[in-house]
Amino acid sequence: MDNIGIKEAILAIVTLDKQQPASGVPVFYARDEKERDKIAMYLSKILSAMTHDLENGTYIIVRH
Amino acid sequence: MSKYLVVVAVGVAMGVMARLFMLRVDYRQYPSYPQGYLIHLSLGLIASFLGAVAMPALIAREYTAVTFLALAAQQFRDIREMERKSLENIEDTELVPRGSAYIEDIAKAFESRNYLAILTSLFTSLVLQFSNNIPVTILSGMAIILVLSLMARRKKINDIAVVRPARIRFENSLLCVDNIAIMNVGHPDSRKIIKEQGLAVMIEPKDDNARATLSNAGQRQAIVHDVASLLGVKRDVTDVDFMPLARLDLDTGRVGLVIVPMERDMESLMEAVKRVPVLESSRRKPLESFAGKQAAD
Repeated sequence: MDNIGIKEAILAIVTLDKQQPASGVPVFYARDEKERDKIAMYLSKILSAMTHDLENGTYIIVRH
Repeated sequence: MSKYLVVVAVGVAMGVMARLFMLRVDYRQYPSYPQGYLIHLSLGLIASFLGAVAMPALIAREYTAVTFLALAAQQFRDIREMERKSLENIEDTELVPRGSAYIEDIAKAFESRNYLAILTSLFTSLVLQFSNNIPVTILSGMAIILVLSLMARRKKINDIAVVRPARIRFENSLLCVDNIAIMNVGHPDSRKIIKEQGLAVMIEPKDDNARATLSNAGQRQAIVHDVASLLGVKRDVTDVDFMPLARLDLDTGRVGLVIVPMERDMESLMEAVKRVPVLESSRRKPLESFAGKQAAD
């Protein structure tokens, strides 16, 4: 499975949506978009993971 | 006795020359450390020695000596194993991995080149044994080296596909090369960098055989690796966002490749893609079969 990605895992969620329920994955609530981007950037650097935008105010940090 | 010595010496010399010639051809994909060079030269020397003694041994009625060739084949299988192991070991340290298909292909090439050295020395010792003419032997040795290396030459992407520049664009957070969706890039800063510094090419297969070959994930990883090693890639181990990727357009079989290179030069990017070898293990020829031809209509 070296060449095919079936090893992805959501490591964290960064969201503006305070209603986002936490379940199984760490959720980081951000006050505004600027803070969300910053948290996402830090997390993806720390975790060597990638930020993906679900375009509903929520970012997911995914390890590939 | 001394005649055999000359035969063997010339055979060995030509065999080593064959191996040296292949090492030169191989330079780009070869991890060019001096030790690796030495390893393969000495193995080539042993291989050509085995090839060279086979003919004099036969003539001296030492038939058991020929069975050494079988033993040699067994031994040289280990070369593939050795190359595979060492390339797999350094795979984690590559910013853009080669992928298992590429590794397998390189390992296979190294094994086969030792057989080419054996064949060359066998052939030249045969020629010298019967012609007794050293210049003729050397010339025919060079000819066989050329023929064998032409036979072992692999196709390039240039032979099976057309490479042209493509445009990078974003549909919201989705990175696209022309109409092919590559991946979701979440962070706005990363999107900006990709847009400003990234390059993209479209690889269009020439026929259905090429399409099947390009759809192989190992082949695409090989392209990405070669391009990244030639042009450099603007990422460190933590910057997953700038991993170069090659993704398929399922409707047409075209491959879109995106990379954020160190050297932002479209011409050399296209040249690098064109020169990537077509992997033996990825090569498909559906058009050669009846079912494949029917399906292509």
